[in-house]
Amino acid sequence: MTAPGSAGSASGAKVMALHLGVIAILFVAQFLLPAYHLSAFTRIMVLAVYALGYNILFGYTGLLSLGHAMFFAAGLYGVGLGARFLGLNPLSAFLFGSLAGGIFACVIGLVVLRTSGVAFMIVTLMFAQAGYLTILLFNDVTRGDEGFVLETTERQVTIAGGLLDFAAPHAAYNVALALFTGAMAFCLFLVRSPIGRVFIAIRENEERTRMLGYNAYRYKLAALTVSGILSAMAGAAYALLFGYIGASFASIQYSIFALLWVLLGGTGTILGPLVGTALMFYLVDASSEVTSSYLIVVGAILILLVLFFPKGLLGSLRRKKLRWLP
Amino acid sequence: MSLGPHLLLAFLEGSVSAFVLALTALGLSLVFGVMRVVNVAHGEFFMLGAVLASAFAGLTGDHTTFGFLLAIIGSPLIVGAIAVAADRLVLRRLDYQPEATIVATIGLLYIIQQATLMTYGPDAHSVAPLINFHLRFPWFGYSGYKLVVMAVAALLLLATWYGITRTKFGLIMRATQFDRETATAFGVPVDRVYAAVFALGAMLAAVAGVLIVPIRQAHYLMGLDPLLQSFIVVIIGGLGSLRGTLIAAFIIGISDGMISVFFAPTLGKILATLLVALVLVWRPGGLFGAKA
Repeated sequence: MTAPGSAGSASGAKVMALHLGVIAILFVAQFLLPAYHLSAFTRIMVLAVYALGYNILFGYTGLLSLGHAMFFAAGLYGVGLGARFLGLNPLSAFLFGSLAGGIFACVIGLVVLRTSGVAFMIVTLMFAQAGYLTILLFNDVTRGDEGFVLETTERQVTIAGGLLDFAAPHAAYNVALALFTGAMAFCLFLVRSPIGRVFIAIRENEERTRMLGYNAYRYKLAALTVSGILSAMAGAAYALLFGYIGASFASIQYSIFALLWVLLGGTGTILGPLVGTALMFYLVDASSEVTSSYLIVVGAILILLVLFFPKGLLGSLRRKKLRWLP
Repeated sequence: MSLGPHLLLAFLEGSVSAFVLALTALGLSLVFGVMRVVNVAHGEFFMLGAVLASAFAGLTGDHTTFGFLLAIIGSPLIVGAIAVAADRLVLRRLDYQPEATIVATIGLLYIIQQATLMTYGPDAHSVAPLINFHLRFPWFGYSGYKLVVMAVAALLLLATWYGITRTKFGLIMRATQFDRETATAFGVPVDRVYAAVFALGAMLAAVAGVLIVPIRQAHYLMGLDPLLQSFIVVIIGGLGSLRGTLIAAFIIGISDGMISVFFAPTLGKILATLLVALVLVWRPGGLFGAKA
């Protein structure tokens, strides 16, 4: 496995150009895309932020969680319940949701990070399932499986005299793009920083990293918290942009989706989550037109990936051609 | 109804789920113990058993007894064959690496579940029980079929126990579990043992599914609950410890039955789930298993 960023400033420029290029394409795309794909890409970018968050923990730190839906749901319900019961405006609801996810991730991390490997996977799965069941238990507040819809007024905010309506397609697209750009830039910065290097070192050899004097537990907790905050931000943005809050987002399936998107796009790559999310979105979309059992695609791709492309698309690309890809 | 009979009913209901759970969890525990594979698709084997039983019942029509016999022999065989195929095509090629196999069995879960949806359809189907006899207590009537379930499950548990501890195959299996490399050196065909264990685990789940289908209905999404419950049992009992698994299955099954009679079932599930998470964190060897 290649640690990213081992080359000098020449590749640094290439990295900048590539990522700025992707953002520029996404920005221009909003003028070209028809309405359906505009909304699809809004969704993809928000979900890609969730995948980016997942990737920090799984791709860079090497911890495979099967319970990230709980952090996504923390953001989602943070916004939903915050707007409904605390009367928060969208911006403070977004902050509230993201913060809730971060605190949640940190507290849960204190417990789950005592385990590793298979036990870590099962414990995260169990916590997420407990979270999902808790949402169902407090049915009166959360409306359980049925979920609830945010009012139009709960999705509008006045900034500098202008009205920002998260329900308007172009506004939603640009908010999603801004969030994605911020998250991607942050991840790019993080994994190339000294802290990110320690994350990668833990992935490659935790024992050795500890021998070198790093407190692996603390770094893993940091990775989990950052990962939780990003996932919660995606959940919070999802609630604001699409206005629906439901328990299905907290189910095991949503944890598995994050894993799938990252695996498909490429674990431990910055653009992988976006590529994986977009590909899967359109694959599921296309196959759901053919059959109601479209999730079979999810199963088949998971198996094909672990068998033949354990590094995902961009991961394989990096190994073969573009060694400088972060 | 006063408290005493209520307790008796809760105990009986709990025992039925405990026996079925013990079978399912034993399968999961065997596979984990010998192969170190966490089979996330285990619940789908349970579901397949139930769905196949309802399909057999559809074929045989009014001959309930014949249908039941066909189902309890046929369903596990079909499921076992599917499990062997999955082992050969996927798990073995991954060389049984723990993390890769979990991802692969998640994939398997979706494939089995969605293939069932395609062929069997989204509706739940019920199957007539083997016997329609009702046990009459002074306070309530109780389905005699549930007693049959307990008896058959107990028999199968005993048979599996005997197979593991007293037969040559059991010895080979335990040798493989104890030390894979030395077993290979002594001429144990580890590949074949793994395939057999994976099939055996799946078949235990399938039998449990066959037994449960006259009580609950067969549905393509019914696999998740037994999977999570088996996880809970296997972890509390100690990963890979068969005795622990059995003890834990009865504790969880009966207490789950009790809690669901008196409180909200969701609350019971949440408590069990959190208990498991905490056991894994602080007693990774499980409450009853040997220290890991």
